[in-house]
Amino acid sequence: MTEAFQYDIEQPGADSLRLNLRGRWRIDAGLPDADAGMESWDSALITFLLRLHAAGREREVEFDLSGLPDGAQRLLALSQAVPPRGDTAPAKPREPLLTQLGHAGVREAKAAGEMLSFVGEATLSFVRLLRGKPAFRRSDFFLLIQQTGAEALPIVSIISLLVGLILAFVGAVQLRWFGAEIYVADLVGIAMTREMAPIMTGIVLAGRTGASFAANIGTMQGNEEVDALSTLGISPMDFLVLPRLLAMLLMMPLLVLYADFVGIFGGWVVGVGMLDLTSAAYVAQTLAKVTADHFLIGLTKSLFFGLIVATAGCMRGLQAGRSAAAVGNAATSAVVTGIVYIIVVDAIFAVICNIVGI
Amino acid sequence: MTPDAAQRLDADHPDRKARQPECIRVRDLTMAFGGFLVQRDLNFEVSRGEIVVIMGGSGCGKSTLLRHMIGLLEPAEGDILYDGVSFWAQGDAATRREISQRFGVLFQSGALFSSMTLAENVALPLRQYSGLAPKEVDEIVRFKLALVGLGGFEEYLPAEISGGMRKRAGLARAIAMDPDLLFLDEPSAGLDPPTARRLDDLILELRDSMRATVVVVTHELDSIFTIADDSVYLDAESKTMIAHGPPRDLVHNAESAKVRNFLQRGEARPGVDAGGA
Repeated sequence: MTEAFQYDIEQPGADSLRLNLRGRWRIDAGLPDADAGMESWDSALITFLLRLHAAGREREVEFDLSGLPDGAQRLLALSQAVPPRGDTAPAKPREPLLTQLGHAGVREAKAAGEMLSFVGEATLSFVRLLRGKPAFRRSDFFLLIQQTGAEALPIVSIISLLVGLILAFVGAVQLRWFGAEIYVADLVGIAMTREMAPIMTGIVLAGRTGASFAANIGTMQGNEEVDALSTLGISPMDFLVLPRLLAMLLMMPLLVLYADFVGIFGGWVVGVGMLDLTSAAYVAQTLAKVTADHFLIGLTKSLFFGLIVATAGCMRGLQAGRSAAAVGNAATSAVVTGIVYIIVVDAIFAVICNIVGI
Repeated sequence: MTPDAAQRLDADHPDRKARQPECIRVRDLTMAFGGFLVQRDLNFEVSRGEIVVIMGGSGCGKSTLLRHMIGLLEPAEGDILYDGVSFWAQGDAATRREISQRFGVLFQSGALFSSMTLAENVALPLRQYSGLAPKEVDEIVRFKLALVGLGGFEEYLPAEISGGMRKRAGLARAIAMDPDLLFLDEPSAGLDPPTARRLDDLILELRDSMRATVVVVTHELDSIFTIADDSVYLDAESKTMIAHGPPRDLVHNAESAKVRNFLQRGEARPGVDAGGA
């Protein structure tokens, strides 16, 4: 047994070369017999010959393929029957880092503009809704409310409870040094209502509902359902986006309010179970310190976060391409956009609250 | 081609264009995505009540042309006129909306809304525009589904029926509002030959009974010879239209050998009558 893919070259005349092929020219090549003619061949041989052919063409060398097996000659002819397209996409030159950064900046600015424009169109759609009958079906709207609100309760419960517990634990460890365990109630209550409940609920819904909106609408885009709506004269904004936006705006504050109480309950569990505080003392301290202002700030944020999550989900869905991969990309992009904007808006709120002094 | 369909074509075709006024005119249309040219300088017209087929190889821009005609894509240059009214060049959004209300569109995939039953799909445009009472809408929906042979399937979801039935349900939705302009994107693609043949016969029936003008995108040769009164051939290589005329004329008389070869493959198929041109 000898190695596969054997060949040698001889020069029968002054201006010609003969390529002698031996052994097994197969992709799964075994070991060919020495000095035997070519035993078998498949695409490996054709690929090799094409490579030779291309190199020969560059050097203006003519090929006489008559010594090849008939099948190999026909496959070679078939592979060269249709000339490659001349206008295939040219290879993109690699851009310098600074240019790439510039392009990225322009892209992000454009994306922010698109989001604003999308919110504007959604607002016009809402105005149309106020003026006439809704374009969307009531049954779809109630289903969306159920999916956005009730079905998110388990995950919102778990996350909020754990965040309340964690805040209380962290606070307890520090406040014990000063014998100020009672202030765990303040810490958990205020942090939950102002910051953690809206942020965590926003992030959970961005991952859960925002991604679902993007995937759902993206799939409809791929199935030409969005085009079908347009040709029926029904605005996709009115039929697909507005009900999702309204469902999210209705459910997000309710979920945040629920998360407030679950988080405070988590703090109470630690306070009463670990810090030996009485239940009455913990509740009284919470009621004294967590005012309506804190709740209102959190609920106001929740409206913005709901708007962001629904807008990012629907917008990325409508922008999706027509492939399965595009739907996945749309869902990922919706989650990333949602979370980034939630954090940015929360930071803006923090600055404004600080300036206003609330 | 079924004997009925052949008879109908023979009876209707020869002087159809002479008798019927122009309904659609595509004028100097150039389609491009960014810098990528799809087709340029397209010029053809469609007479009222005619079935015109847009044909050509894969990737030549047939469906893209249809999407320009139904207002989903804006042309790079040129215009489309419906009964002499400009859709793109001078048409504003209100004009386009008004003209679009005359359209019925069947998409390649059927594009049925997956969360709705067949009846709800067909009812959607009726509920949106007709102002009819729910009971009347239901009656019309039942009638339209029966027209396409889907009587009794009203409460099925799109996922519960076959591909051919989805196409027919899509057609029922397309004709829900009795459009006088019907656009069909690859109606028989992916269907087995008997189902494709039934769909072709259905298209002919609908055209004749509803007096609609029909634009069909297809490269299914059986369909082309069965339903087309007129045709245009888009060429991917030269990126323009290289033939315009009834397929049974083009099959032997087209200037381009590419078009003749394309159509003669269909003519050579058993059971396909190219009209004996």
